[in-house]
Amino acid sequence: MSVNFTKSLLINEEPYAYCPGCSHGIVHRLLAETVDELAIKERCVGVSSIGCSVRCWKFIDLDFVQGAHGRGLAVATGIKRAQPDKIVFTYQGDGDLIAIGMGETVHAAARGENVTVIFVNNTVFGATGGQLAPTTLIGQKTVTYPEGRDEQVIGKPIRMAELLATLDTTKYVARVSLDSPANIRQAKNAMKKSFRMQLENKGFSFVEFLAACPSNLKLTPVDAMKWIKDKMIAYYPLGEFKKLEGI
Amino acid sequence: MEKILMKGNEAIGAAAINAGCLYYYGYPITPQSELLEYMAVNLPKAGGVFLQSESELAGISMVYGTAATGKRVMTSSSSPGFSLMQEGLSYMASAGLPAVVVDISRGGPGLGRITPSQSDYFQATKGGGHGDYRLLVFAPASVQEMSSLTALAFELADKYRMPALILGDGIVAQMMEPVEIQETAVMNEAGEKDWAATGNANGKQHLVLSAPFTDPELITLNQNLSNKYRLIKEREPRIEEFMSDDAEILIVAYGIVSRFSKAAIRTLRAEKIKVGLIRPITLFPFPEKAIEKKSATAKAFLVVEMSEGQMIEDVRLAVNGKTPVYWFGGGGGKLTPPDMIIAKVKEIVNGSECK
Repeated sequence: MSVNFTKSLLINEEPYAYCPGCSHGIVHRLLAETVDELAIKERCVGVSSIGCSVRCWKFIDLDFVQGAHGRGLAVATGIKRAQPDKIVFTYQGDGDLIAIGMGETVHAAARGENVTVIFVNNTVFGATGGQLAPTTLIGQKTVTYPEGRDEQVIGKPIRMAELLATLDTTKYVARVSLDSPANIRQAKNAMKKSFRMQLENKGFSFVEFLAACPSNLKLTPVDAMKWIKDKMIAYYPLGEFKKLEGI
Repeated sequence: MEKILMKGNEAIGAAAINAGCLYYYGYPITPQSELLEYMAVNLPKAGGVFLQSESELAGISMVYGTAATGKRVMTSSSSPGFSLMQEGLSYMASAGLPAVVVDISRGGPGLGRITPSQSDYFQATKGGGHGDYRLLVFAPASVQEMSSLTALAFELADKYRMPALILGDGIVAQMMEPVEIQETAVMNEAGEKDWAATGNANGKQHLVLSAPFTDPELITLNQNLSNKYRLIKEREPRIEEFMSDDAEILIVAYGIVSRFSKAAIRTLRAEKIKVGLIRPITLFPFPEKAIEKKSATAKAFLVVEMSEGQMIEDVRLAVNGKTPVYWFGGGGGKLTPPDMIIAKVKEIVNGSECK
């Protein structure tokens, strides 16, 4: 029997602390495989942010610096400016990257920091129990807006990939989805491109992953994947909004 | 070594570069902007990185990031901006990251105004942000000390793996004096900072974390911090004494106010009034033992400070009721010139002052 798939050695034996059906496990795997395939383990420094993935350093055998909530890209700036030869990435959720960290995110992008952003958009504050996020869909029920998001009350969800793509200094901006094996393959492709951009000193690269939080959506893992496909992708179109030829 | 005429703000920058600090992140605010501008011009010349951050919140997190790589790094601000840095400082204290931060304090609260003030004493010496932590706090009284204490701040920040603060004010930051930039020991970063996040080579994962999440680890982290601060309280208090040997009234003042006080003391001594000065050079660790010792012989202490009464709390704790502790000062930009200090001492001498 031939071996067609093995777990990356970068994924530790530590059991995941994530809920059943949570997409963080998939993103962790894609990150580990990307680092493996590009053979950059010794050069990588990640910034883990505040949210469910705050302890991703426990599961992924890379150097990590844990920044304050929302400050991931400021911390990454400090790491990359001091060690330009290292491969620096942030791993951030929607609360971290957009709600509290919008300033740091946009300014790091506008400076064209040569770092990679792994943005996991699951439309809720997961770790704190499912409150409204800047990416919560219209009508989506959360514990802070139990009747559903009302545009008249708290506006509309932010499309971060499109927003960042308007800046001249962002060089790779993509949105991918984790709802199906085919889309996960696309996601892996985007993840790898974003790291190759940095390896070739091309500038700011950003990948938004549409992800499932079954616990807070109160859906089964399978239905949560279907929810991404039916609801999220309708509002958050997939694709590469910025890319350089040849990468 | 030759002396150069410099502003206090510039002397900090020169000393920092001399100490091997090649990274600076900062945001404009008066009265510290000369330091930002000095670094903008001189750091690139020294092969370093200057970056104007979008806010003090971001600036201190950039400092956090560079400190996590083991490099010497600095930021500076003034009171309202220093408030925004408390988040990052609390995280750095927890993560055990060394860095030097400068607060050229101004009158507050709120926006306040750019006049000299010492109203950030509580914020500087009691932690400032959330959680049980302290900063090393140095209070320069001259342009020369802006330089020498900056060098010391880098050294002790590395030694104890914690942020160190230079707490100045608009006078000592803006005035010009001759200054000698001394040679400073530059720590061997690669050798001594084996915790730095430089990439997982040789199977060693480096983690710079602001918090463990389980009970025993976080309790242990707090105990370790407390033990570190206790050690610092034993080893690192620094003071200057001036005409204090036979003093019956001891003025306690730091920073520029200590110089107003010295002028007052000279005049009072000419009138045969036995008054002297204890100047805390470190505000954390506060020189409580030196003050406690003097409380056995002094008849009274007079705390003079450009705030509504902040350091007096630490002096009272050190004196512990043994001797009366009087106070003179004011916040919001009020100065404490020598003639007013003289008048206050005379009130104490003739018994018309209530403590």
